[in-house]
Amino acid sequence: MIFDSLSAFIEMGGYGIYVWSAYAITLVVFAYNIVRPLLMRRELIRVQRRILQQEQAS
Amino acid sequence: MWNWFHRLGAPRSFYDISGRILPWFAIMASLLIGIGVVWALLFVPEDYQQGHSVRIMYIHVPAAILAQSGYAMMAAAGGVYLIWRIKLADIAMQCAAPIGASITFLALVTGSIWGKPTWGTWWVWDARLTSTLVLLFLYIGMMALRAAMENRESAGRATAVLALVGVINLPIIKYSVDWWFTLHQSSSFTLTETPAMPMEMWLPLLVMVFGYYFFFFTLWMVRIRIEIINREYRTDWVRQLVTS
Repeated sequence: MIFDSLSAFIEMGGYGIYVWSAYAITLVVFAYNIVRPLLMRRELIRVQRRILQQEQAS
Repeated sequence: MWNWFHRLGAPRSFYDISGRILPWFAIMASLLIGIGVVWALLFVPEDYQQGHSVRIMYIHVPAAILAQSGYAMMAAAGGVYLIWRIKLADIAMQCAAPIGASITFLALVTGSIWGKPTWGTWWVWDARLTSTLVLLFLYIGMMALRAAMENRESAGRATAVLALVGVINLPIIKYSVDWWFTLHQSSSFTLTETPAMPMEMWLPLLVMVFGYYFFFFTLWMVRIRIEIINREYRTDWVRQLVTS
């Protein structure tokens, strides 16, 4: 381990704001890439199921 | 061999096979990125010039690599679609674009954040940065062009041509640091030569690059599977899948 305290880890020798903002943005973009297709899939299956039900009803 | 390719090219077999390997890719991606991030943040030594800001490299360089090789794979899918008219190749090309765009965006933003303390500026219009911005516009152009065209087949052909023309940008990005005077340092990550950085910095970077690759392939398969459901909704197997 490079850092001897939590505050040193957060400060990153003065570069904390840059390091942590870069990692935070990466986390957000990764999370978006995971969540977005899962929501798309759910919506798509919901719509297709309704279409199928309507076809069967008519 | 050819038989196997044809089978994989059929949307239904791709759906089945990808469903089986997908969890393993997701596990590999989370393991590698998890290990890589802990390594990069806690154990990599400070750089003698850049201090702790060098930790940004571990999320920036893999993003930049994936932005380019993701484009190459997308364009290859476009080429396959133009030549053999394989529907799955068109789907693959379509699904790579949004992932590639977001990874390119990441490369630009993390690079900009890294540039501020290192170069003293968020952005310069130099060759490496500008050609990477062009890459982002190419990805966005792919999506916009497809969205703008009514007919799916002509949309597929047009985006494939755009993807292939845009390949010219890839060597420009790669060699920009050698051809022009630029602030961006030349490539320091390589598999074929002795790396320009010490092992203890290079190894975690290698882990992150592999992690990003697995993440990209996981997302790609997930999106391709959704698009298959979207396009094949008239087939019996998709109807069964949707109602079950």
